[in-house]
This record gives sequence, C-alpha cells and structure tokens, in this order.
Amino acid sequence: MKISFPYMGTSHIAISYLLENLGHEVIYPPKPTKKTLSLGVQHSPEFACLPFKILMGTYLEAVEAGADSLTTSGGFGPCRAGYYGELHKRILHDMGYPVKMLVLEPPLMAPLTFYRNVKSLVRPTSSWTNFYRVFRVAWEKLRALDELEGLLHELRPLAVSKQQITKTYERGLGYIDDAGSVSKVLEAKDAALQDMRAVPVDETFTPLKIGIIGEIYVVLEPFVNHDIEKMLGDMGVYVHRSIFLTNWTKDNAVSNGEKDIRAMAVPYLNQLVGGHGQNSIGETVIYANKGFDGVIQLAPFTCIPEIVAKSIMPTITRDKGIPVMTLFLDEQTGRAGVETRMEAFLDLLKEKRNKQEAI
Amino acid sequence: MRVGIPMTLSFFTFYPLWKPFFEGLGAEVVVSPISNKALLDEGVKETVNDACVPIKLLHGHVSALKDKVDILFLPRLVSLDGKNTLCPKFLGLPDMVRYSISELPEIIENRLDMKKSRFELYRFMFRVGQRFTDNKLQILRAIWQARYNFSRYRKLLLHGLTPAEAFPLLESGEEPDKAAETGDAIKLAVLGYPYALYDNYVSVGLLKKLKEHGVNVVTPEMVSEKDLKKMSKTLPKNLFWYYSNRVVWAAQHYLRDQTVDGMIHVTAFGCGPDAMTNRLIELEAKENSQIPLMSITIDEHTGEAGVATRVEAFVDLLKRKKGIL
Ligand code: SF4
Repeated sequence: MKISFPYMGTSHIAISYLLENLGHEVIYPPKPTKKTLSLGVQHSPEFACLPFKILMGTYLEAVEAGADSLTTSGGFGPCRAGYYGELHKRILHDMGYPVKMLVLEPPLMAPLTFYRNVKSLVRPTSSWTNFYRVFRVAWEKLRALDELEGLLHELRPLAVSKQQITKTYERGLGYIDDAGSVSKVLEAKDAALQDMRAVPVDETFTPLKIGIIGEIYVVLEPFVNHDIEKMLGDMGVYVHRSIFLTNWTKDNAVSNGEKDIRAMAVPYLNQLVGGHGQNSIGETVIYANKGFDGVIQLAPFTCIPEIVAKSIMPTITRDKGIPVMTLFLDEQTGRAGVETRMEAFLDLLKEKRNKQEAI
Repeated sequence: MRVGIPMTLSFFTFYPLWKPFFEGLGAEVVVSPISNKALLDEGVKETVNDACVPIKLLHGHVSALKDKVDILFLPRLVSLDGKNTLCPKFLGLPDMVRYSISELPEIIENRLDMKKSRFELYRFMFRVGQRFTDNKLQILRAIWQARYNFSRYRKLLLHGLTPAEAFPLLESGEEPDKAAETGDAIKLAVLGYPYALYDNYVSVGLLKKLKEHGVNVVTPEMVSEKDLKKMSKTLPKNLFWYYSNRVVWAAQHYLRDQTVDGMIHVTAFGCGPDAMTNRLIELEAKENSQIPLMSITIDEHTGEAGVATRVEAFVDLLKRKKGIL
C-alpha cells in the first residue's frame, strides 16, 4: 500500500514511523502551502471549513504523488469533522481517483470498522505483535513531540535569541525522528530537552501569558494558523496551548483533564456541542482562574461549535475579567492581518497589566 | 401566563404540538410575527456575525417576543429521532440566546433528547408541564390533546400540504381538498430545512412562486418516515444532524423514485452542515440519475428578483425538457 496522511503539527514524525514499520510505503505530500490551499478550495464546497479544504488539497497532492490509500480520523458528530473522510473520498472518486480511504472511526463507536481498517493497515507484511511494538514506539514519539513543544513555548519568550531556540528545537525533532525503539525515543527526548534548556534565556523577563483554545486542526497545524505560537513567542509571549495530540500537558499547568474542563464550562454551556466548543468555554474559565493575561480562540470560519462558544465569551470576559480574542480563519485570512490583530491584542493586555501593577 | 414561541427553527415541525399543549395547561400562546427584514436586522445586531442566517433570525424573533410574554419557550433540542443530534447551534441555543440578548423573561430550556428513551417526548412535556401546574391529570390531558393534533398535522404534511396550508385546517378541523395535481405539470422536489423552506421571508417566497408557475412541489416533510428510514440505509455513512439527514434522505428518495422532474436545494448562508449536505446531494444526483439539480443559497442580502430569475430559468428548462413549453 502506498499510503499518505494529512499533516497536523509535528505528528507526521510518529505517524510515518508507524506506517513505515508496518511495511507500507509512505508517500509524503508536500507540507501544506498556498498551492495546496488553492487546490483544496477549488474542489471543496464553498462553505466547507478551512481544514476540509486544506485536507482536500493535501489528498490531491498525495494521489498525484502516487498514493493509493489515505488514512484519516473519523468521528460521529455533531461536528462536521467526523464526516470529512467520507466526503473527501467521494469527491476524490468523483474526480477519477480510486483511492482507498481508511477512516479510523473511534473504536468504541464502530468497533468493526475500526478493526477492519487497522487490520488492513497491519497486513500483509506485519503481525499483531509487531503492530503492538511499533504502535508503542509511535505513541512514545507523539508524547515526546508534545513535551518538546511544551518546553519550546515556555522558553521561546525568554530566549535571548529566538532563532537559536527554534533551531535547537528543530534539531531535537530530528533526534525523535531517528529513534527506533521506546528507550531510544526516551533518550532522544532527554537529549533534545537538555539542548533546549542550554539555550541562554533572560530570567528577569516576565512574559505575558496567553492561552490558546479552539478547534483542534487549526490549533495544531501551523500552516493554517499562520504559525501563531511562533509569532507570539517571538514577540515575547508565553503561549500555553490547551490541546496536545496526546492530551498530555507537561506540568498540568492548565487542568487535570477533560472532566475539569467540562465542569468549568457547565455554568455557561451545559451541553456538549460537538467539536471543541464546550472545551473552549471550560478552558477559558480555567485560564482566567490561573491568572493568564488573555485567551486566543482559533476557529475555522463557519465552525459551528466555536461560534456557539464565541457567543458566550463576552460573558466570561465580564465575569472573570479575561480578554478573549477570536480568530476565524479562512482562505482569505492573511498573515499580515493576523499579525496586526495580534499586536493590538497584546497592547490591550499590556495596558491592562500595567494598570493592575499600578494599583 | 403568556408563553412565547418564536416562529422559526423547529416551529414548523412542532408548533401544532406545542400550541394545544400549552393551552391545555391554561397558558396563552404568543407567536412572534412572521419573519421580516426588521426582525432579521434586529437579530443581526444581537448575534455573533459568524452565525448562519436562521440563527440570526431566531435572535430577532426572540427580541420581538421578549417584552410581550412571561416565559419563552426555547427548549434545548438535542435529538429528535433517538439517533442523530441537531446542529450544534440548536444544542447551544438557550445559552447563545441568554448571553446575547439582555432583559429576557424566564426561559423554558428543558432538554429534549430522544436518545434517552422512546417516550422521552412525553416525559419532556411532562417536565415542562410541571412548571405550569401541579395537577398531573391536567398535564396528561394536555399531552393527549397535543398528540392528537400533532399526528393530524403530520398526516396533512404527508398529504402534500405545506405548514401554511395545514395550520388553518387544524384550527377548523376541515379536511383538505383533494389537491388538483395536474398530470402534465412539472414536479419539483424542493429540499431544505423547514425553517428555510416554509418561512416565506427566508426562502424569498420560493414555494409560492413555484406554485404560481403551476409547478407541483414536494418537500422532505412530504416523505414518510418509513421511506426516509429506508434511504438512511443507502449511504455508507450518514450525516450527524437531524434536519440535514432528512434533506439528504428525501433527496435520495426523490432521486430513486424518479417521479420528480428536478430538484432545488435551498441552503442557508453560513450553515456549516449545509456545506456537506449540498455536496452530498450533488454527488448522489450525479451518480444516480438524470434529474437536474439547482442550489440556491440564501443570505441576508438575497434579493427576491435574483432568485426569481434563476428559478424561472430552471423551471423553463425543465418544462422544455418535458416538452410542455
Ligand atoms: S443547520 Fe445550518 S442553518 Fe440550521 S442552525 Fe445549524 S448551521 Fe444554522
């Protein structure tokens, strides 16, 4: 099977390891670019959200590059993302690409489909024991990647040279990529973290603290959000991201898990609304309680759960005094625009902080 | 006690159930005015600008009602068929409204989730009823009456009537005239959410216009539950939203049935689910039939004239194809 999959942050390092070691040929589509986007836009429904369009473009580039199978995650609503795979497949077929689409539905909701799809991933050259071994390494890689990123966000605002910290981090990604067993991954991770900690920082600087919330794909894939975390880090802001792929935060700085987040959301939104909507509410409350200076909500244009969340944000700002900025992203959103809005938001937060200090 | 019901969203599905129910509880039912520009403008002011047109309109309806009633009926509709949920905006509706519009009266925001059990609808009504009276017998009687009226309503729709045609018959108890379906006229399936199709303002008078052209119109509400359910098995994976699924299934039904000459899909501007729904119908139509399909997207600036021209051209095309013109 010549298989490909969408980019999402750095996760391709773990996913490609998994697929390659199960005996598949991995076709790397180019990382998403302007071209990917315009290709995706051309073949997607006009009001599909941005992630749909970028994935569409990615798939088209992948099949052009020779992929005959694609894997992606599924879901059962009420957010649209769960239907993406199905519709992508139909559009591809309609365009004359007979690709196989392995939609990994949540195992509990569709045990049979899950089993069948995993099985077709495992076969023919691999065995279940090998699958287990490889899967564990891949999982460990994912966790290591998350940990590296967490540290990067902490250090970037303090680093004397922003360029140096970014370079060191990227070198660390390479260590993780090269590691071929659980213990090697752990070693690689320690080495990478150590390298990063060795980068000189300015300890006296207290950065603004901003929490990032929103829909998972636009939060995790830098191409879609104009690398907002780097943008902010370079401006000297500490960003804490609410979502990591392994759902695991280094120091539990934000919360003790999903349950807490839900509980915090309930006074404002006592209902799961799909996607990440209810979480967005809960996380904002938690960031406020933890003394963060502000929250940035990232959402694809027309993303319903985030619209529901957004409409409730002003009330949280009023109750808890935490400014929230919502960025709805679509193909027209330019980097310059994001930067300007970001700067304005930072000014607001700085002013607020100065006022508080004056008191 | 005056209960306010906005004339949008689930109104066209459930009004004949809620009205006799609340009246049976001794309340007076107040319905918001028919959608109009002022209502929409008001709603646009109150809602996040990223919301879809129907949600903006709802906010307008609520604003129009809020000073005229003692209590607002805005239940949290989670699932109406025990399987799928409604669009997330329905799920978050009471919260959205509460945080967007100030000085609201009390809200009945009870949750209706038929995933819980088959009788959840009646349990839900019972819970709502208890806010009005302690007399359990009276609540049961109100539910019974409402149920009766509701099942009549559903029959009238299946009979081919639109809600606007059915409502007066429910009041008067009359039977519908046997619709004079002219055999040689063209028949169009008009697909879309009840709150888009049956709201004359939102649909810019589409149904009326088609009827003026002598077109026989059928909608998703005119397909029986049984037929819809059959269609739900034809797709490898169904959508997740109640109203969207019904639109897709109805489309499937009419495509297979081959009794319609064309289909029009009315989609709401800014509607998340519709982006998927529309493409799905398009692909189904392309794969399975020769039936022409036209999509109309409705937003707050849609002009009546623009839609009229497109619809006329489409109808002419179908007539020519059928050799009527
Ligand atoms: S289904 Fe579409 S039009 Fe209806 S409320 Fe949801 S997003 Fe809006």
